[in-house]
Order: sequence, then structure tokens, then C-alpha cells
Amino acid sequence: MSFEIPDDCRFLDSHEWARREDSTVRIGVSDFAQDELGDVVFVELPAEGDAVTAGEDFGVIESIKAVSDLYAPVSGTVVAVNDDLVDAPELVNEDPYGDGWMVDVEIDDESELDGLLSPDEYDDQIA
Amino acid sequence: MTGRTPPLHAVHEDVGAKFTDFGGWEMPVEFDSIRTEHAAVRESAGIFDVSHMGEIEVSGPDAETLLQRLTTNDVTALDPGQAQYAMITDEDGIVLDDTVVYNLPADRDADYLFIPNAGHDGQMYDRWVDHRDEWELDATVENRTDDYAMLALQGPEAEERLLDPVADGQRTAICDLSRFAAITATIAGVDCLVARTGYTGEDGFELIVPAAEVETVWNEFDCQPCGLGARDTLRIEMGFLLSGQDFDPEDNPRNPYEAGVGFTIKLDTEFVGRDALERVDAEGVEEKLTGFRLVDRGVPRQGYTVQDLDGEAIGSVTSGTMSPTLDKPIGLAYLPVEYRSPGVNVQVIVRGEPKKAQTQALPFLDR
Repeated sequence: MSFEIPDDCRFLDSHEWARREDSTVRIGVSDFAQDELGDVVFVELPAEGDAVTAGEDFGVIESIKAVSDLYAPVSGTVVAVNDDLVDAPELVNEDPYGDGWMVDVEIDDESELDGLLSPDEYDDQIA
Repeated sequence: MTGRTPPLHAVHEDVGAKFTDFGGWEMPVEFDSIRTEHAAVRESAGIFDVSHMGEIEVSGPDAETLLQRLTTNDVTALDPGQAQYAMITDEDGIVLDDTVVYNLPADRDADYLFIPNAGHDGQMYDRWVDHRDEWELDATVENRTDDYAMLALQGPEAEERLLDPVADGQRTAICDLSRFAAITATIAGVDCLVARTGYTGEDGFELIVPAAEVETVWNEFDCQPCGLGARDTLRIEMGFLLSGQDFDPEDNPRNPYEAGVGFTIKLDTEFVGRDALERVDAEGVEEKLTGFRLVDRGVPRQGYTVQDLDGEAIGSVTSGTMSPTLDKPIGLAYLPVEYRSPGVNVQVIVRGEPKKAQTQALPFLDR
């Protein structure tokens, strides 16, 4: 089985992705992660203005079969939250790198992105 | 423990199923998605490989007596070709396992068959043999778990899907099968025990098939394959018990009245645990398995604490899920009997946070 790994994302080994978009960094979970979890039924996310810290949990994702913490790939302040996931958590399954995004973060330290796994490194990890 | 594998393991692997360990068996948990598989069973039909279930055959002049004394239901009420749900209890009336007991049709090699849960076949075989010897009964007991595969074809369209590959002369007999009745039928040339039983709340059949020929039978059905994930969400919606989770002689010892299966207890028969259960029946129970739904967002899961509105712990969740049919989080917990009536407000602790919940009548789904 092969999973989508976009070139413009970087990854945590716990399967969250971070992608630079203009002035912020967008965070979500990988195609591999959504497939492992199965049908996502509930996502608990921080509020706008909350701080997240790289490597620490910032939310929870529940599928029918499992519950899992979400870990922040970068540190910063949440500036946007994907409210669509409240009523349509299945977007995480359907479009993990697009409509299934979770939060946008204004990051404290740009270099944190460089410390994350590259697409190739992440591909090796889930192979 | 070395994992046991069902005969169809490679077939499931080829279609990309995900696997999980269940009772020592490496079983398919998901083929497509739990939602898709669950919906197929509720709306049309799905097929499960449930070869982790045990098969123990009992034959001989005292076979009926042996089963009567080791299960709680009335085996003497079964004619050949009939089956019944029953508990296997210890001297204290604690449920060791739940099972289906078959008085087999006359064309089968053995007289009786019962189905222990995954990983319990060895223990139940020993229990039967030990008691046979102790009671000096004339019966043979054979653990056939590795000789048979078991499939479950479930859903409102199960009957028509089953009929397609059945030999011509046998279709009427299958249509005429009442709930918990069984016959031998030839499916794609393979003789199978076909029973109108299941664990989903839908119409459906369970097929006991020679392990060596199960691939032929499995491939005959053009039907959504379903894994243990959907099997679990389907049975929770019906409030059906899962052995080892909703009761467990070690971790959560319960008697059948607490577990809501008192209807399987026939106190006018002789069986291990009868006297203890007669006392329980007379005195009543303090706790009962109770359904609830979460009013707040979240998913109740096994082990989560249930508390009253004052924050006093009153039980813990034995099974829980997001119900795909109802799109509501639902669960089962042993609660004091005063919480038994539907609509009582309680709380479930979900990752440290008390969430609103309300007791609800079982089954969650009308069927």
C-alpha cells in the first residue's frame, strides 16, 4: 500500500505534517496516519490564540477504533483552527493534506521546520 | 504466544486487510473502513471470517447430559438441527464464556457442537473432558477448531446472497430455516453447516466450513468483506456481550443476571453454577450491564470511569464506540440497578474530563 507524501510538507515521526504557507505554518496528520486510525469521528483542537509547543500534544484525534494524541511539529501561536472538522471529522480521512488540515500556527523559530523529517525520510519511516 | 491464523489469512492479506491480535488469533480487523463495512451489514450484506471462534464436537450416549451439565440453557429442548445461546458458568455462577450449543442435524458426523470464543477452545475442551471423566459419562469430546473455518454472512440481503451458490435442491430448506436452526448445505460443492445465527442484530447465517475448502466458499460470495472492527460496532449497537471484555472470570467476574442474559438460565435443569444462580435470582443483583450514550462529544472506551453527578464513581465502561448507525457515542457499563432505567444522567470521564452521559435502553438499535 502506498501513501501520499507531499513534497512541500515536513513530518514528525508521530505522523503529523507541517507545511509553510505564506506567513504561517499549517499542521495536520499524514495520509498514513489517517489510514492507520480509520474512520475519524472526533478531533479536539486548541483555540485561536493558544500556544503549542514542538513535540508536545496539542489535541486529540478519535477514530471509531482508537484515540490518539496529536503532537505539534513546531512551537508557536494558533492563529486559525479548521472548524469544518467539528461537523465533518471525516475530512481528515478524505483529504488529510487539504480540507482535513487542523491548525495554522505563527511559529516562534523558523528553523524548527528544518529539524523535521523530510518527505524522503518520512517515506523510509513508514515503509 | 505464537499467533494462530485463520485458513484465509493469505487471502485477506492479498486484498490489503489490516490485522489485529484477538484471543491469540491474527484476524482481519478492517478491509475497507469500519463505516463502509458496518453500513453494508445494516443495509445490504457483509461477510466476516470468524474462524477465531472455537468448534468443539461432543458425541455419544451421554453427550446431551454432559452439555446439559456444563451449560446454563436446556439442551434437552433442542431437536436435531436446532441451536441455542447459553452461558458456561463456574460453581459460583460466574460466566466463564458464552456459547452457542448445536444439536447437530442427523447427517453430521458428530451429535453436538458448541462454539467457545476466540482462544477459549483449549480451556473448554479440557473442562469438558475433565467433567466427563469425573462424572464417568460415555461421550467423546473433540476440539475441531483447527479443522473448521467459520464465516458469518449477515445483513438484510444475506439470504439471497447465500442462495446463489447453494445446490438447487437445498434452497427451500435454507429459506425455511428459523432463527437458531441449522442444516447441512452444499455451497460451491462444499458441505457446510449453515445456521441462521449471528452477532449483528441483522438476519444472517453462520457457516462452519472444512478449513481446507473455505477459500472456495469465501470466493463464492460477491459481498463486502468485513473485519472485527465492524463486528464490534455492530454488536455494541445491539448490546451483545463480548467475552473477555463485558465479562471476564479474572478481570470482571459477572453472573448472567448482571450481564443481562438471565434468559439463558434454566434453573429447572442441573448444571454447574445452578445453585449459586438460584440464590442470585432470588436475592437480585446490585449491578447490571447498562447502556448509555454520551451527550457531550467524545467516544467512550473500555476502562473509562462512570460517575454520578456528584462525582462518585459508580462503574466503568466495558465496551464503547461511536455508533456508525446512530452517529452517537454509545457504551456499556455495569452500574448499580438504580441507574438501570433509561434517561438517568451520569458522567463518563474521558481523558480526565467529565462528559455528560445518559442511560439508555438496550439494544441501542431496534431490530
